Amino acid sequence: MRGITKAWPGVIANNGVNLTVRAGEVHALVGENGAGKSTLMNILYGLIHPDAGEILINGTHARITGARGAIAHGIGMVHQHFMLIPVFSVGENVMLGREPVTGGAFYDHARARKEIEALTQRYGLALDPDARTGDLPVGLQQRVEIVKVLYRGANILILDEPTGVLTPQESIELFGVLRDLVKAGKTIIFISHKLREVLEISDRITVMRRGKVVGHLVTKETNEQEIATLMVGREVLLRVEKKPAEPGPVTFRVENLTASSDRGVPALRGVSFELRQGEILGIAGVEGNGQSELVEVLAGTRRATGGRVLLGDRDVTAFDARMERDSGIAHIPEDRRGTGLVLAYSIADNLVLGRQRAPAFSWHGMLLRTSAIKAWAKRLVKEFDIRAGGIDVLARTLSGGNQQKIIVAREMGNRPRVLLAAQPTRGVDIGAIEFIHRRLVAERDEGTAVLLVSAELEEIRSLSDRIAVFYEGRIVSIEPADTPEERLGLLMTGGGSGTRTGAA
Amino acid sequence: MTVIGDILHLLTTADLWQAALAASVLLLLPALGGVISERSGVVNIAMEGMMLTGAFFGVVADLAWHNVWLATLVAIVAGGAMALIHAVVSIRFRADQIVSGIAINIFAAGMTVFLVRRIYGVQDIGHVGPSELLPNLSIPILDQIPFVGQVLFQQNVVVYIALFLLVLVQVVLFRTRIGLRIRAVGEHPHAADTAGINVYWIRYGAVITSGLLSGLAGAFLAIGISNTFVPNMTDGRGYIALAAMIFGKWTPLGAFLACLIFGLGEAIYANNSTIHVSQYLLSMLPYILVLVVLTGVIGRSNPPAADGIPYVPGAE
Repeated sequence: MRGITKAWPGVIANNGVNLTVRAGEVHALVGENGAGKSTLMNILYGLIHPDAGEILINGTHARITGARGAIAHGIGMVHQHFMLIPVFSVGENVMLGREPVTGGAFYDHARARKEIEALTQRYGLALDPDARTGDLPVGLQQRVEIVKVLYRGANILILDEPTGVLTPQESIELFGVLRDLVKAGKTIIFISHKLREVLEISDRITVMRRGKVVGHLVTKETNEQEIATLMVGREVLLRVEKKPAEPGPVTFRVENLTASSDRGVPALRGVSFELRQGEILGIAGVEGNGQSELVEVLAGTRRATGGRVLLGDRDVTAFDARMERDSGIAHIPEDRRGTGLVLAYSIADNLVLGRQRAPAFSWHGMLLRTSAIKAWAKRLVKEFDIRAGGIDVLARTLSGGNQQKIIVAREMGNRPRVLLAAQPTRGVDIGAIEFIHRRLVAERDEGTAVLLVSAELEEIRSLSDRIAVFYEGRIVSIEPADTPEERLGLLMTGGGSGTRTGAA
Repeated sequence: MTVIGDILHLLTTADLWQAALAASVLLLLPALGGVISERSGVVNIAMEGMMLTGAFFGVVADLAWHNVWLATLVAIVAGGAMALIHAVVSIRFRADQIVSGIAINIFAAGMTVFLVRRIYGVQDIGHVGPSELLPNLSIPILDQIPFVGQVLFQQNVVVYIALFLLVLVQVVLFRTRIGLRIRAVGEHPHAADTAGINVYWIRYGAVITSGLLSGLAGAFLAIGISNTFVPNMTDGRGYIALAAMIFGKWTPLGAFLACLIFGLGEAIYANNSTIHVSQYLLSMLPYILVLVVLTGVIGRSNPPAADGIPYVPGAE
């Protein structure tokens, strides 16, 4: 791709971008959210037409208009949000748009099955063509996407943030698959902002910032720090700076807690732990082992079926979300857009949510004091570096990182006693991650008891003072912060033996 | 007790079932249209208006040309034309599909009354002669089977067509390539688009097909069962068809079962002379059944995931 330029009203998404990808390599395209990676890839995939620039494939000009054109040029895209139909079978999803037919019109199940089996055997991607796609774990759904692209004859595969939705185990499997594909002669463009993954899987790296390419790197000759600096445009602290914790008295106690999942099956099977003032307790575990339910019970949005939760010596087990909040338990929910924010509200309104009844913000809980809310919002926007055109801007229009900062600001704004932070940096860029990490540690140093739930082992290890490992609704072990990743990984998947069993 | 006894007795007569099948076909055609439209992701509550338009133009054409087949064709096209309006408004202009549907229903009711006055003045629209009605057709030999023969094989020609269409739509939707694509567009248009399927064409086709089917139902009503046009003669059948579609979980066969239940209610009302209960109560029967159905007797049924959501390329 040469000299690609694309301007939107007000922003230049791509400014004279050059990208050269060699056949048979894994080429990583990195950059923060809004750096122009997606625009560039959508241009390559024919979904967006560039204002200037040209695309050459194997040395010849290619005019790509629309997804069909891209497919014809052997370019396939594995989208970040899967383009799969949950109620269709794997086979139907793969075949869609290029279905084999018998008798002129009838969908040919037998041939679809054969084609998929041939593909999966060739690339070592086990899949059941008759499974209902929506029932598959995310990792396998992604595999369906990859097979779908291969079925269309793609030689160049674009993977847009492929590991964002995967568990660590699934990511490892994906990398294995990608290596096999390269061996089979495919070329892969890997879009990510997770630097460790980029270093692990890629051969060469192109770094983008604000619509421009700021570096072409060879993976073997670079390191995390160099890439991060290029991406952000300044030195970035990848390690979290923190002093040893000075834990105070126990302020939050969970005793033998049990709860059910949405489907009515036990999700928590007797969870007990203590949380002290001024410490961060990390909860590590493969997603879906009860961590989400734990946070919901503690935040008051899910009913406990047994056990107790004590804040100080007050029993808060049966509190609803409002009472939990009023008693000093703050909650950064894992689903930013669904539960964390009202996307159609302004920044200011989002920042006051949950506190709107407080005398500071309303007269007798009836009429809002708009000027007080504005002043409050302005203070938080400044303090938490929320980048937006003003406090009246709708939350929907902000980047993931800035949206997350709104939630973090709101929850930390009033010195909580306990902070429940679930996936606090999911899907946000490096700069925002750095910021949120610093604030979490600062909050700890102020004496807040922090419960950190994250699917990123690295995040858990760098922030926590103690690590509780979750497996199948129980804490299988509580480990010190410097526990090696291998040991945590083993515990997370049910192996190894815990030093202190959390289950009563 | 006697009322229940009367109804039970009625249920053993072939006359009742014959009438019930005809009444359910009148619902089945728009219901099939609804299934196709909504499977492609366009909510369609305008079957009522499309049917009414079809009924009106069918009668007008029949009176003018004295050819029932030509009249039926006109009715079908008229239904399709109304559907085209709904399609353009909801697909091209991405308007709210419920509002568009309501507008079409109100528009159809007003337009037909207006045109009756305009064309025929104050006097009656007039009646279609017996030879210009959609004919009843007995299938030789088969119609001699006791009970079943009368119910299934002594019916109006439209009943046979509708039953054929029922099988056709079921097979097309779930066994063919085009069916797979229609359902893909209704579930996840973005995925269909990236797979190279033209979302807009599929949706236009599906919505217009729903109008053609509703127009046929209008013809059956006006120049098959009846022999004239009466303002608002569809009498809510398009809505009952909508309920049948939901009851049938957006499948043709399921919708047909629901239509049979509603048709049976209607037939019981029509044959009420032997039942000793207020006919007004009986006339409510189909509608009460609809309400019972919609309150969830059938359990939760899931509409197509993208039903009612306009497709905007590139948006998540």
